[in-house]
Amino acid sequence: MTTTAEPGLEFGKARRRKEDLRLITGRTRWTDNIALPGMAYLCVVRSPLAHARITGINPDAARRMPGVLGVFTAADLGTETVGLPCAWPITPDQKAPTAVPLAVDTVHFAGEGVAVLVGRTPAAARDGADAVEVDYDPLEPVLDMSAALGEGATLVHPELGTNRSARWVFDSAEAGTGGDAAKAISAAESDPEAVVVKRRFRQQRLIPAFMEPRSVVVDPTGEQLTMWSATQIPHILKTMTALTLGLPEHKVRVIAPDVGGGFGGKLQVTPEEVLTLLCAQRMGKPVKWTETRSESLLSAHHGRDQIQDVTISAKRDGTLTGLTVELLADMGAYLRLVTPGIPILGAFMYNAIYKIPAYHFACTNVFTTKTPTDAYRGAGRPEATFAIERIMDELAVELGIDPMELRRKNWITHEEFPFTTVCGLTYDSGNYEAATAKAEELFDYAGLRREQQERRRRNDPVQLGIGISTYTEMCGLAPSRVLGSLSYGAGGWEYSAVRMLPTGKVEVVTGSSPHGQGHATAWSQIVADQLGVPFEDVEVIHGDTQSAHKGMDTYGSRSLSVGAIAAVKAAEKVAAKAKKVAAHMLEASEDDIEFTAGRFSVRGTGKGTTIQDVALAVFAAHDYPEDIEPSLDADYTFDPENFSFPHGTHLCAAEVDTETGEATIRRYVCVDDVGKAVNPLIVEGQVHGGLAQGIAQALFEEAVYDESGTLTSGTLVDYTIPSAADLPSFTTDRTETPATSNPLGVKGVGEAGTIASTPAVVNAVLDAVRHLGVRDIEMPLTPHRVWRALRQGSASAADEANVGAAGGGLGSIDPNQGGAR
Amino acid sequence: MIPVSFDYVRPATLDEAVAALQDGGEDAKVIAGGQSLLPVLRLRLSAPSLLVDLGGIAELRGIREDGDAIAIGAMTPHHDILRAEPVRRHVALLATATRTVADPQVRHRGTLGGSLAHADPAGDLGAVAVALDAEFGCVGPDGPRGVPAADFFVDFFTTALEENEILTEVRFPRYTGWGSHYEKFHRVAQAWSIVGVAAAVQVEGGTIAQARVGLTNMASTPVRARSVEQALVGSPATADAVRAAAQHAAEGTSPASDGDAASDYREHLARVLTGRALLAAVG
Repeated sequence: MTTTAEPGLEFGKARRRKEDLRLITGRTRWTDNIALPGMAYLCVVRSPLAHARITGINPDAARRMPGVLGVFTAADLGTETVGLPCAWPITPDQKAPTAVPLAVDTVHFAGEGVAVLVGRTPAAARDGADAVEVDYDPLEPVLDMSAALGEGATLVHPELGTNRSARWVFDSAEAGTGGDAAKAISAAESDPEAVVVKRRFRQQRLIPAFMEPRSVVVDPTGEQLTMWSATQIPHILKTMTALTLGLPEHKVRVIAPDVGGGFGGKLQVTPEEVLTLLCAQRMGKPVKWTETRSESLLSAHHGRDQIQDVTISAKRDGTLTGLTVELLADMGAYLRLVTPGIPILGAFMYNAIYKIPAYHFACTNVFTTKTPTDAYRGAGRPEATFAIERIMDELAVELGIDPMELRRKNWITHEEFPFTTVCGLTYDSGNYEAATAKAEELFDYAGLRREQQERRRRNDPVQLGIGISTYTEMCGLAPSRVLGSLSYGAGGWEYSAVRMLPTGKVEVVTGSSPHGQGHATAWSQIVADQLGVPFEDVEVIHGDTQSAHKGMDTYGSRSLSVGAIAAVKAAEKVAAKAKKVAAHMLEASEDDIEFTAGRFSVRGTGKGTTIQDVALAVFAAHDYPEDIEPSLDADYTFDPENFSFPHGTHLCAAEVDTETGEATIRRYVCVDDVGKAVNPLIVEGQVHGGLAQGIAQALFEEAVYDESGTLTSGTLVDYTIPSAADLPSFTTDRTETPATSNPLGVKGVGEAGTIASTPAVVNAVLDAVRHLGVRDIEMPLTPHRVWRALRQGSASAADEANVGAAGGGLGSIDPNQGGAR
Repeated sequence: MIPVSFDYVRPATLDEAVAALQDGGEDAKVIAGGQSLLPVLRLRLSAPSLLVDLGGIAELRGIREDGDAIAIGAMTPHHDILRAEPVRRHVALLATATRTVADPQVRHRGTLGGSLAHADPAGDLGAVAVALDAEFGCVGPDGPRGVPAADFFVDFFTTALEENEILTEVRFPRYTGWGSHYEKFHRVAQAWSIVGVAAAVQVEGGTIAQARVGLTNMASTPVRARSVEQALVGSPATADAVRAAAQHAAEGTSPASDGDAASDYREHLARVLTGRALLAAVG
């Protein structure tokens, strides 16, 4: 990616990340690297069963083992009534159990903690944990969402009287933002000049699988209790820990040191953070907990896991008339920090880039005896984008229209922005035509369509398909007033402070705590431009609530479009203060001072001074204007007025080997519009990683539970994460339609690739085999599933009997793995 | 990684290793390159009381031409094998299959002997050894003995090695001038084979004179696709003949059903992949 910066500006420079030399040469400080004097180690004893009564816990053998310092149950720690926080009660009548950090009488998912053991060494803790004897009386697991809502279903939490946590509805007619979707669809059903397409899609359960396993160290020996955690959210964690345990907030300090990825998986207040803190207090010494990879896959929160019933209606010419979405969303066994709100984050995105006049959305949140779900890269928007982009292809087939033509006919044109959608959101800017035109050119759409026809004609064993995803998403979480209207428990602002040091160097404090995104580089570029100082002279401070005391942290592609804007605003205040001092120093009127590239000059004269000189003068404070304080430092809390709406066009060509069922991506082109790019290299990296994770959902990854509720994809042998060798070389490009909602014109990019890519891949694979009788294949599209679908497709064509079961995830809509339904 | 604690010895000679195993009793275990054993220890699926590390025994490492065979020391890492000229020339199938094993890091640490003695039915090299009639050299308290590949693999993770016995070398007959190919089918690059096919053919004057086909992950052990071999011998080396022979690939197999594949899919894959392996081998 080439530099798009204007001369003299950092903004737009494809700089390599300043943090990478340290990170990739191992000079890192992960939480697990921290070693404190006298530190003990915690290990969690976890339930092997999904649902069971605990009939006895015998710690005696463990207590006698060398190096074991203590074994604690919920009763021992007094956590029987402690509930981990859920910040997003989506309805006033939402039902939720107390989310205890350790099981009390009953375990509700395999992997739930039942006791903790503290040892002198990690090995002593692990050996001791293995020696804790726990007796269980098994209960029936609750695994299928539909069955869980049925009459007489086993209840995950009997005290709630139901497995239904909440039902959340949005209706455009009721909201006054659009028409009546039910009426539109029933009208279409009885209109020969209209069509209605209904599909059921399954968003399989995924595991965030961040690279650095979670780790916590708590030191209770100082004046403040200090917690280091591999977390995305040190600030939220600090406040929530204080609230959850009744600690005075000013006595708690949280540090997120180097954090190795999160993808939403570290947007959490975990049982282990609370347990490590309580054990450290109990022992009076520092305690560390670091999970194994298996523990991480089993017990860290999962993502997705929804069943989507989607109905769309259109006139024969392709004009969309209505859309309804009915969701079942698997909460797992407990509501974690934002669990119930994840499907709601998708609710406003099913209409996507299209002018849909009537929309109805309803979601039922369901408890099961599985690992709790919560945020995972995209959080609600990938599910929505998948559903709409898949059903647009299905509708195109039904209408006999080219799928791109159908989209073109319905999307918002660039002249129509700002555009208020059927959900009431205002898309500030966009140009879907431009991104699509560029993508089609890079892709050779027409040429690949020709090749597809040739392969079909000669019945080639390798068939070719083309998949489209013209997506948008809402990110940059979030305007605080909107969050309030959705009953979210906090605001969506972000904080930054900019400090001028006596030597003219700059410290930027940001409340947006990075875990791999490159904030240090991007913020340095932005502030260097604002103050006219060299890039190298800017230091970005984050992740420690003592030095970066205030923030809302990193998730929802918010850091740049919210967090960095706070830094811009703070830097503007610094410059304004410096201007006053410069005028004083130059004995000129402030009105005559110009500030360019770090230099204050008196208009029409050769006189001037630099911001560095002003900083030194203010430090000395020997002579400064009487009406100001001797400081240039400033801070700003920025609350965005709107979300950010990146968009783009992703085109995928997939080859399907019809003999083996293997689907391979032949070409992948994406043109994303993320507004102005501060650092095109970082944008490129985010897009590549996002694509890998979105493609992984389409083709590779699935958290699979067996009929007893055991996670059978509990290692990276079974949970198949693709590597670079499994992915094509991506062709990426950008269009730049600036956001109008922030002064930099930037939009979020962290989740876009993941949100966009999954339906492009699935659409491509289906397009390759649709003529062979296949209408749908459940994700992930493994060779086995594709082969089974092909067999069923040809079988149904020949009116043969069902071909029998195949190994796939429990909870599949069709136990025979989809195809030709 | 926190395994259950164990004792560890690293003998310098084979005799010392055999003695250490004998002293260690039934809970003693050999560690070669550790690429299969360490994950098992990490997950605490195995808890040996003693690990006898063969890494210090120089005589177990290396590749030599020995009469009509190529002899490969059990501790020779995959990386060395796939680069060795005698292997590429005379046992090309082994080099081809070895190239598909895991990733470069694993191929530098993992060994031929360790992989074969672990006897995972999804491991790629067992099918090669079975197809090529390798002979397994073993040493125990009663001295050395040779075990033909056909007898070496007994069941899932079970071989003919006695307790206290150590696999010392694997001898491959020379297949100089044969065409060969290993066709591996897996979910992601670093994953185990769902099905793999090891094929070697000797073509003389457009006719297949001899053929060897071994299958990975089609039973509890690597298996020989003898009916395919029989159908091939004497056939013309044509695509049609090869595809027809490949239709016999699933005969006599008993593949498992698991999360990657149901048994009928594995049987189907065996036929398709055998055809592809043979086509590539015929050239």
